[in-house]
Amino acid sequence: MASRRQIASMKQSLFDQGYLDEQFIQLEELQDDANPNFVEEIVTLYYRDSSRLISSMDQALERHPLEFNRLDTIMHQFKGSSSSIGAKKVKAECTLFREYCRAGNAEGCKRSFQQLKREYATLRKKLEAYFQLARQAGPHETACRPK
Amino acid sequence: MTTAGDVFRLNLPQVLEESPSGSPELHVLAVDDSHVDRKVIERLLKISSCKVTVVDSGTRALQYLGLDGEKNSIGFDSVKVNLIMTDYSMPGMTGYELLKKIKQESSIFREIPVVIMSSENILTRIDRCLEEGAEEFLLKPVKLSDVKRVTDFIMKGERKEREKKSHKRRRSDDYSSSPIASPLLKSHPCDSSSPSALSLKKSKL
Repeated sequence: MASRRQIASMKQSLFDQGYLDEQFIQLEELQDDANPNFVEEIVTLYYRDSSRLISSMDQALERHPLEFNRLDTIMHQFKGSSSSIGAKKVKAECTLFREYCRAGNAEGCKRSFQQLKREYATLRKKLEAYFQLARQAGPHETACRPK
Repeated sequence: MTTAGDVFRLNLPQVLEESPSGSPELHVLAVDDSHVDRKVIERLLKISSCKVTVVDSGTRALQYLGLDGEKNSIGFDSVKVNLIMTDYSMPGMTGYELLKKIKQESSIFREIPVVIMSSENILTRIDRCLEEGAEEFLLKPVKLSDVKRVTDFIMKGERKEREKKSHKRRRSDDYSSSPIASPLLKSHPCDSSSPSALSLKKSKL
């Protein structure tokens, strides 16, 4: 049975390690008794959108030559939704990718995207673990602000 | 106008609806191509006690308002929208283009305040939107405090509208002073006043 302290500690480390930023807290504050799983719902939507965007990007990166405008458009969307859920590291990778894109640096884009996918996978794993733990304890646990 | 309004049963888009509890609430039309952002803005607006309609494109927004050219732009049965909040970067029609289309419309729709949301803090973009008549430019991710501030401001404006017995000063420019006293002619928005004659709201909140 997950304790309140375990959940708070897990959440705190997500912030300390830079996976999440203030926006995640903003979303948690929108939860209430009538909408206790709002953040998880949003994050689930994020996974769905992200899968689609990652797939589009993988395909776009296969083309010769690369269409940098298109890559930038895809990444703009990915950055936007990552920002909306407070995915700090993923967002930073998106920014880096866009810089390579604007510089027309194909190798940079490809490398950066591989890193982005790794960051995304890590975040997803951590969030899934976090929500699973939070669900065990009950709806009120996730609404606490980390110290 | 009030007498002509009774004759025509014009549904002004800005008239406040009443929530089930009886308190007046703003009806906000939110436009964003991102599913995540649509869900978030919807929640922010509901917490701010607004009725919310969310669409995923500028085209759908115009359709919802009845401005897509399919119907008469006077829109006798048009929905009542008190505020439009739109993302800037959208495929197809951008938020800026949507803003322009609304501000180019007949006076009824031109009056609907439009707020632009964008993840990019580009001064020229902000200026362009404000000059085109946007009420406010919000940086994404949008916070609850931003939404509350904007909706409070609009709500105050709506209350003042209802309390006033006469036209708003800038609306008196809309209707050409016709020598014929018929209410029919007075209310027809085939005015010749150019948009620049109306005061474009440049003030940031």
